[in-house]
Amino acid sequence: MADINTKISSLLGENDVVLFMKGTPLFPQCGFSSRAVAILDHVGVTYESVDVLQDMEIRQGIKTFSDWPTIPQLYVKGEFVGGSDIMMEMFEAGELKQLMDDKGVTAS
Amino acid sequence: MPMRGEDIIAAIEAELPGAQVELTDLAGDDNHWAAKVTAPQFQGKTRVAQHKMVYAAFGEKMGGELHALQVTTVVPKL
Repeated sequence: MADINTKISSLLGENDVVLFMKGTPLFPQCGFSSRAVAILDHVGVTYESVDVLQDMEIRQGIKTFSDWPTIPQLYVKGEFVGGSDIMMEMFEAGELKQLMDDKGVTAS
Repeated sequence: MPMRGEDIIAAIEAELPGAQVELTDLAGDDNHWAAKVTAPQFQGKTRVAQHKMVYAAFGEKMGGELHALQVTTVVPKL
């Protein structure tokens, strides 16, 4: 478990925006992940995606890491932002773009 | 066995006494739900904290027995 936390931490350290999802941005395997990808594309930031279906350790580990029971999960500058519902609420309120700007995340 | 809608509402109301829950069956399959939860307990909490309070009603069932639950949280206006 310590190893998987280290792996997640280094992923978050290496990338400003990380989306843990089911499938890939081109081929999302779940409606919620698909929605998360669409939101990030709209906001227009570069992000790293991690397909949890390819790695059972990460799939379980990320839920423990964030104390959040579901996938997708968005992290910005190492900080857990939320799942797809929170992303949608923030997007609609203009807060997601604001967060990216505040954190100095560059547009793609 | 997916969770029944009335059980979902009951679980949230038990976890957050006084909460109002509007449940929508998104796909008509008793398996993909949207819950709009209005609860005074959300006051002053971050969105992540509010959603965690709702998820707490389901424990281990979340992502398993309860396959898909879209959550919207609302702080009631005083």
